[in-house]
Amino acid sequence: MTADPGPQAVLEEARRQVEICNACRYCEGYCAVFPAITRRTEFADGDLTQLANLCHNCRGCYYACQYTPPHEFALNLPRVLAELRQESWTRYAWPAGLAERFQNSGLAIALALAAALALGFWAVAALPGGGEGFYAALGHGAMLAIFTPTFLFPLVALGIGLSRFWRETGGHPVTLADLREAAAAATSLGNLSGGQGQGCNYEREERYSDARRWAHQATMYGFLLCFAATSAGTVLHYLFAWPAPYPWWAPPKLFGVPGGVLLVLGTAGLAWLKTRADRELGAPRAWGGEMAFVLMLGLTGLSGLALYAATGTGAVAALLAIHLGAVFTLFLLTPYSKMAHGAYRFAALVRDAQGKTRRQPLGEERRE
Amino acid sequence: MPSRYGGGDQSGAAVTMAPPKDISRLRWDVIVVGGGNAALCAAIEAAEAGQRVLVLEGAPKAYRGGNSRHTRNFRCMHEGPLGPLVESYLEDEFYDDLLKVTAGRTDETLARLAIRSSAAALPWMEAHGVRFQRPLSGTLSLDRTNAFFLGGGKALVNAYYATAEDLGVTILYEAQVRHIGLDGRRFTHVEVEIGGERLRVEGRAAVLASGGFQSDIDWLARAWGEAARNFLIRGTPYNRGVVLKDMLDQGAESVGDPTQCHAVAIDGRAPKFDGGIVTRLDCVPFSVVVNRNAERFHDEGEDVWPKRYAIWGRLVAAEPDQVAYAIIDSRALPLFMPSVYPPVRADTLEALGAALGLDGARLAATVAAFNAACRPGEFRPQELDGLATEGLDPPKTNWARPIAEPPFYGYSLRPGVTFTYLGLKVDREARATGPEGPYDNLWVAGEMMAGSILGQGYLAGFGMTIGTVFGRLAGQGAAAYDG
Repeated sequence: MTADPGPQAVLEEARRQVEICNACRYCEGYCAVFPAITRRTEFADGDLTQLANLCHNCRGCYYACQYTPPHEFALNLPRVLAELRQESWTRYAWPAGLAERFQNSGLAIALALAAALALGFWAVAALPGGGEGFYAALGHGAMLAIFTPTFLFPLVALGIGLSRFWRETGGHPVTLADLREAAAAATSLGNLSGGQGQGCNYEREERYSDARRWAHQATMYGFLLCFAATSAGTVLHYLFAWPAPYPWWAPPKLFGVPGGVLLVLGTAGLAWLKTRADRELGAPRAWGGEMAFVLMLGLTGLSGLALYAATGTGAVAALLAIHLGAVFTLFLLTPYSKMAHGAYRFAALVRDAQGKTRRQPLGEERRE
Repeated sequence: MPSRYGGGDQSGAAVTMAPPKDISRLRWDVIVVGGGNAALCAAIEAAEAGQRVLVLEGAPKAYRGGNSRHTRNFRCMHEGPLGPLVESYLEDEFYDDLLKVTAGRTDETLARLAIRSSAAALPWMEAHGVRFQRPLSGTLSLDRTNAFFLGGGKALVNAYYATAEDLGVTILYEAQVRHIGLDGRRFTHVEVEIGGERLRVEGRAAVLASGGFQSDIDWLARAWGEAARNFLIRGTPYNRGVVLKDMLDQGAESVGDPTQCHAVAIDGRAPKFDGGIVTRLDCVPFSVVVNRNAERFHDEGEDVWPKRYAIWGRLVAAEPDQVAYAIIDSRALPLFMPSVYPPVRADTLEALGAALGLDGARLAATVAAFNAACRPGEFRPQELDGLATEGLDPPKTNWARPIAEPPFYGYSLRPGVTFTYLGLKVDREARATGPEGPYDNLWVAGEMMAGSILGQGYLAGFGMTIGTVFGRLAGQGAAAYDG
C-alpha cells in the first residue's frame, strides 16, 4: 500500500508536473488537458483541480513522455492527476467523510451492498406485496417509500459537491454553448480517443487501443437506457395508470433490456481492462473501490435482466431483493464512489468550454 | 531518482525475443547498430523485404530512441496539402532555407535527395504507425513546412518499435556495439557488449545509425576546448560516438567539422544530459544578457531568425565560465513560453544580481546604462519593431524597452549541445566509404552522416528528414545486397 501523501503534497506535485508540461507541450494533440495548460502560465489550486477532473486517464501523455522515470523530472501526469481528482471528490463530498471510505475501499462497497441486499430481502419478506409481477413480492407503495429518498438524496449531495467544485475552479454562469460543447465531448468521449480516434494507452501500454472507450460508452449508455426504462415506467404508472408488469414491446422493456445488456457487457469489459492496465498510472489507492463499483454496476444490470427472465417463476422474490439492493447501493453511493466522476467530469468539460473562449494560448509562435 | 510517480515496468532490462547467447549463433541478414529514428526506418525497410533483422540499441528500453525521443517534427517538401501540412513547400524554397542556415556548407546532391524524398516519406511514416498532429492554427508558418508528431518524438519511436516487433525484428537493449568487423571493403561482423559479455555477431550487411559523439565529454573537450566541460547536453547520454570513432580509426571517410557542435543557450540549471525541450529559454529578445562580470556582450535584439535561437549557444560558450544571465522586468515575463525552472526574482536589480551570484551594483549600472540608451517608440514583441538603443555598445537593435518595472527576474544561460557535426561520408545510396572506396555492405544513416548535409547551423525538423530518408535508403540497400 502506498502511504497517503496528503492533499497539499499532491497539489504541489501536480503543480510541479504541470509546469514541466507547459514548458514542453508535445502532448497538446492528445486531449483537452494540454490545450487548457497552455492557456495559463501560473496554476492556482483550483486550476489544478480543474485539470485533474478534465483528465480522462487515457495515458497517452505518459507513454509519449520523454521525462517519465527514470528521468530525473519523473513525470507521471496520469497518476498525479488521478490522485488529485480522487482527493477533490473526497473534499467536495457532502456530508464529509463518506467519500473517503467508499472511493478507496472495495470492501466498504461490498459491505454496503451486503447491507442493502439484507434490507432488500427484509423488505420483500416483511413489507406487503400487492399487484401483479414483482409487485406481488413488494408493493408499489413500499418501493416508492424506499426509493424516493434514495433517488433524491444523492442528487442533493452531488449538487452540493458540484457547487463546491464550480466555486473552487472559478466557473462562470453556464451558457447553452458551454453545455453543447461539453455534451459533444461526453457523448463521443473524445478525450479518451487519443485525439484522433486511435484510442488510448491503457491495457496495451504504448500501443493504442479503443477498447476502453467502447466499454465505457456501453456502460454509460446502458446505464442511461436503464434509467430511461425506470423513468418510462414511472410515467406510464402515473400518467397512464399502466402499472408493471409490461410486455416486451412497452418502453420500459424496450429501454431496459438493451440497457441491461449494454451495462453488463460494458462493465465486464471495464473490469477486465482494469486488471490488464498498469495500476501505477492511476490512483493505486482507489483501485479496489473503483473495481468494486464497476462490478456492482454490472450486478445492477445483470440482476435486472435476470429478474425479467425469471418472470412467473419462484425466483422473482429473491431476484427482486438482489436487484433492489444493488440499485439502492448504487444510488446511495453515487456521491461517494466512482459514480461521481460522471458529474464532476461533465462539470469540468463545461468549465473547459468556458476557458477556451476566454483565454488564448501563450508562446505559440515559437513551436519549432 | 526514485519517485512515487514512477510507472510500472521501467527497469529497462535487456528483454527481447531471443536470449543474447543465441544472438551470436545466428547469422543475420541485416544488423542495425543504433535504435533511433534512422535505425528503425532501416530495420523496418529491411524486415519488409523479408530479411532477418537484428537491432542493437545501446540504451535501456526506457531511454530507447536516441535523440529522436526529444524531437517533435518532420520538415517535408510538398506540392500541395499533404497530411497535416497546408499549402505547398517546394524543393527550391526548402533548399534555400537550408542554404540560409548552413551558409552553403551542404552537399547539394544529398540535400536535394533528402528534400525530394521527404514528400514520399511522410505517407510512409503514417503507414508505419506515426501519427501527425492536425494543425493547431492555420496561420503559423511551421504548419506549412513541418509536420508535428502527435505526442512528439517518443511517440514516433514507440510506433516504430511496435511496427518493427510486429515484423519480427529482434531488438536488444543495453547492447553496446564496440567494434565493426571489416575485411577490406566488406563488413563481416559486429562486436557487441551485452550484460558484461562481449559477443561476436555476424551479418550479411549492416546499417550504422548510432548518432554523434556529443555525450562523450572528453571527446567534446578535445575537439572544442576545455570550455566544453561546462556545456550541457540536451539529448541522450548514450551518443558517445563509440562506433563513429571505431569506423574513423579503421579509415572510413569523414564529413563535417570535427571540432564543432550545434549548441543553443538553455537554462543554466538544466540537467547535464537529456533535459530536452523544456530547458529552452525564449526570453533573450526581451532581456539584457550579461556575463559573469555583469557586462553585456552582444545585441540581444539582433534579427537572426532562424538562427536567433541557436546563435546564443555559441555566444555564451565564448564568455567566462560559459555562463550568462538574461535579465528581464515584470512586463516581459508573460511574453515568452515559460521555462521549466522559475526565474530568480528580486525587487531591485542589486538584489537580483546578488541572488544570481553577480556584482549587484555593477548589474544595476549595466541596466541603467541600457535604460538610458532606450528611445521612445512602440514596443511590438511579435515582430521586429526596430526599437533600438542609441549610443550603446553593443547596441540592442530591436525590442529595446527599459528594464524598469519591478519585480525583476533573471535566468542563467549555458550552452546546450544538440548534436555534433562530424560523421561518416555516404553516397546517394547511404553507403559508407572506406580507404579502398565504398564498402560493399555497410550503410550509414541519421546523425551519423547528417554532417554531409547540415555542415553548420540547424533547420528545425530537418534532422528527422535526413534520418528517415537515409534510414529507409540504408535499409533498402542492405536488404538488396546479395553478396
